[in-house]
Amino acid sequence: MIDQVLDIAAGVFVVLGAALSLVAGVGVLRFPDALSRLHAGTKPQVLGLICVVVAVALSARSWAALFLLLPVVLFQLLTQPVAAHMIGRAGYRTKNLRTDLLVVDELADDVARASERQERAAGRQSRSSGKRGRASD
Amino acid sequence: MMPVVAIVAGALFAGAAVGALVRVVRGPTILDRMLASDVLLTILLLVIGAEMVINGHTRTIPVMLVLAGTAAFSTVAVARYVSQQDRRPTEEEKP
Repeated sequence: MIDQVLDIAAGVFVVLGAALSLVAGVGVLRFPDALSRLHAGTKPQVLGLICVVVAVALSARSWAALFLLLPVVLFQLLTQPVAAHMIGRAGYRTKNLRTDLLVVDELADDVARASERQERAAGRQSRSSGKRGRASD
Repeated sequence: MMPVVAIVAGALFAGAAVGALVRVVRGPTILDRMLASDVLLTILLLVIGAEMVINGHTRTIPVMLVLAGTAAFSTVAVARYVSQQDRRPTEEEKP
């Protein structure tokens, strides 16, 4: 009886993970720019994987399998945000995003302020080096 | 019950993989292609797990472990390459 229930639960979790990966496939195909595709693509990477790992644990029912499955989720949770962050960073820097779809772009203000400060510092440096150049002449 | 799960999950995984594959082929930029291939690798990871549940064994858990640990490296490498390519003109503009 309990075995049957656990098997049914495992099957339900497998179908749930598969449905999440279908959502990701459709989202990656249909969404308009790289950043929104990133949003769709990260759905199966965490929740879908957790669903499938729970299904494997429910169908295997052994401590050894569980101790091997926990690092799978742990590694994915550690490395996948890094990859998503790097894609988002590169997408923002290469202007690979549709700004008309953004509600708010808080990074743009900070980038403008930082580049202004950098320009001011560069101007001061070039002026002082120019002065030194004249003095040595 | 497991044959039903196999058919339903197989159809869903196949649809997802086709979607990601079409985006890999069509993707306008390298970032879209990299993102879609990352999704494709995740779908492969999920398929390996689902196959273990359906056939009732645990032999391919180490494959899942290695894939989950190293899937992100390729994405990070390609994203670094893209941002380096992009940054070069702005550094040359600076006097």
